Amino acid sequence: MDKPIFQVKGVDVFYGDNHAIKSVNLDIARNEVISLIGPSGCGKSTFIRCLNRMNDTIESARISGEVLLEGEDIYSKEMDVVMLRARVGMVFQKPNPFPKSIYDNVAYGPRIHGLVDTRSDLDDIVKESLQKAGLWEEVKDRLTAIGTSLSGGQQQRLCIARTIAVGPEVILMDEPCSALDPIATAKIEDLIDELREKYAIVIVTHSMQQAARVSQRTAYFHLGEIIEVGDTDQIFTNPKERLTEDYITGRFG
Amino acid sequence: MSRDLKTLVSQGLKSRYRNERIMRSLGVTALLFASGFLLLILSIIFSQGYRAFTQTYIEIPIELSTADIEDISSINFQNKIRDGLRELFPELQARAELADLFRLASRGASIDLERDISSETPPGTINFIALASSDVDMINKGYFVDSESPRGRLSEQQYEYFQSLTDRNLISRQINTNLFLKGDSSYPEMAGVMGAIMGSVFVLGITLFLSFPIGAATAIYLEEFAPKNRFTDFIEVNINNLAAVPSVIFGLLGLAMFINFFGFPRSAPIVGGFVLTLMTLPIVIIASRAAITSVPPSIKEAALGLGASKLKMVVDHVIPLALPGMLTGTIIGMARALGESAPLLMIGMVAFITEIPQTIFSPSTTLPIQIFLWADSPDRGFSERTSAAIIILLVFLILMNLIAVILRKKFEKKW
Repeated sequence: MDKPIFQVKGVDVFYGDNHAIKSVNLDIARNEVISLIGPSGCGKSTFIRCLNRMNDTIESARISGEVLLEGEDIYSKEMDVVMLRARVGMVFQKPNPFPKSIYDNVAYGPRIHGLVDTRSDLDDIVKESLQKAGLWEEVKDRLTAIGTSLSGGQQQRLCIARTIAVGPEVILMDEPCSALDPIATAKIEDLIDELREKYAIVIVTHSMQQAARVSQRTAYFHLGEIIEVGDTDQIFTNPKERLTEDYITGRFG
Repeated sequence: MSRDLKTLVSQGLKSRYRNERIMRSLGVTALLFASGFLLLILSIIFSQGYRAFTQTYIEIPIELSTADIEDISSINFQNKIRDGLRELFPELQARAELADLFRLASRGASIDLERDISSETPPGTINFIALASSDVDMINKGYFVDSESPRGRLSEQQYEYFQSLTDRNLISRQINTNLFLKGDSSYPEMAGVMGAIMGSVFVLGITLFLSFPIGAATAIYLEEFAPKNRFTDFIEVNINNLAAVPSVIFGLLGLAMFINFFGFPRSAPIVGGFVLTLMTLPIVIIASRAAITSVPPSIKEAALGLGASKLKMVVDHVIPLALPGMLTGTIIGMARALGESAPLLMIGMVAFITEIPQTIFSPSTTLPIQIFLWADSPDRGFSERTSAAIIILLVFLILMNLIAVILRKKFEKKW
């Protein structure tokens, strides 16, 4: 592997007395999709939220260990959380467009970060982001319509476009398809595959088929620990650990 | 097994449905009871108050000579009214009789006459519609028709004059503009609510101006920025306690602090505004916090996830989404403040003030206090006006609540 974009070294997370993540190590490479699988409550979402410090919003959360983004510790004093979240975008489980127009949803990130000076540049970013998210053809005639008026799958692609518009290096996706029907899911999965060319993507999923379809590498979480990390093919066809095998063959879950 | 289930359920079904019916009929009874009383109160107020919206006038011929018009300042308007009355009853000569006659017109008549006459008025005789005294007004509105003394407070002679005027079609009832445009007066026929309305407007303006920004800022800080610790818990408990403090206590606080310590003038709307701000703040804060809490966390996460700072998230997303709720809470707080009288009594806004207040420092009363003052008076003219003032106050309250409902409907976001 080339020099990884994210290096996670011995990270522990506590919610109050609850030890949610136990000394996790993981490298995340550029231009790869890595999926995190595991039973409910195993810490996948907690882990992904460590990568852009969304856990900061939870009062009782404490974290120790190192998370290096391009060699910089994101929990150090020098790392500004606003800067971090501009570089590491996130797509959430439930589509959560702002109750504003489609255009304003996508333009929000570039606006707050001051990425563009002119209206036409902003128009270009919005168009490009919507195109990359595969939504442009569907919404180009109604950019002023409110974002929440779209269907669930469209809303989620709008949220992806909104994330892309900032131009992040990494995109975190926390079960992005769990609220969508199979057709919308297929669209998002195709999109993830295309986005891999430019971004590193970390995706949490409950669907093992989805992990197998979209990711190059897979990490299996169990009770806050990473049991096994490896190429997706290997994990699903020839897991080394007993726990992994039990999970992917459906013996428990 | 399934048969057992069926029999067991069907045994209980009857009493379950019966309980449901009992609960429902209890609810309906309570509702009917409450709305019945409401209707009763409203109908009493309206039946007593509606007559105050018209007022009795006497048509009096006023002679204006050319000399009068040339030097208006020298006219004795009181005498002009008296001369006019005397002309209507030329047979009266005795002093006592004339004094009785003159009392049919209100003291306000000469003031109105003065207002109506200018240097442009052509000389000659004009038929002036003069304000009648409250006693005439009461008779004319039929308050004493079925009572033992059909002439009310009029003497026998006065009643005869009144009937003679009625026969000559000189008595009329017109829209009572005084009620809306004048301040308080010791004569019922001249008293109006404008002074109290202006006082209420000033007081509420100050209350709104202070309580909304302070309350909203407090709520935003407590919900979004404050650390959750013992100290903020303590503050939170105390805000809830403040909302339950009787308003008269706030009045005492205002008296001690704003008037005695800071030396603000007594009876002034500014102090009233401060006191009602203290009273309204907890309501605004609690409503605003509820509105902020109802902003979906997913929207906040979306903003933070894009790299918005906390302040940016609050300004761009939390405030716009919470604003309708905050405004609704504020308007409801304002409506409560509008109806409040006890704390204002404590700071001396209960004085008899005939002038319409011009600034937030001039002495004034508010609508509820005007109602209190008029309700205190034994005069029938005032009791009629008390009901009218209550109707006006209710109209304002309904308007404010209507605005709150419209705001909520208009800006409510659907998810």
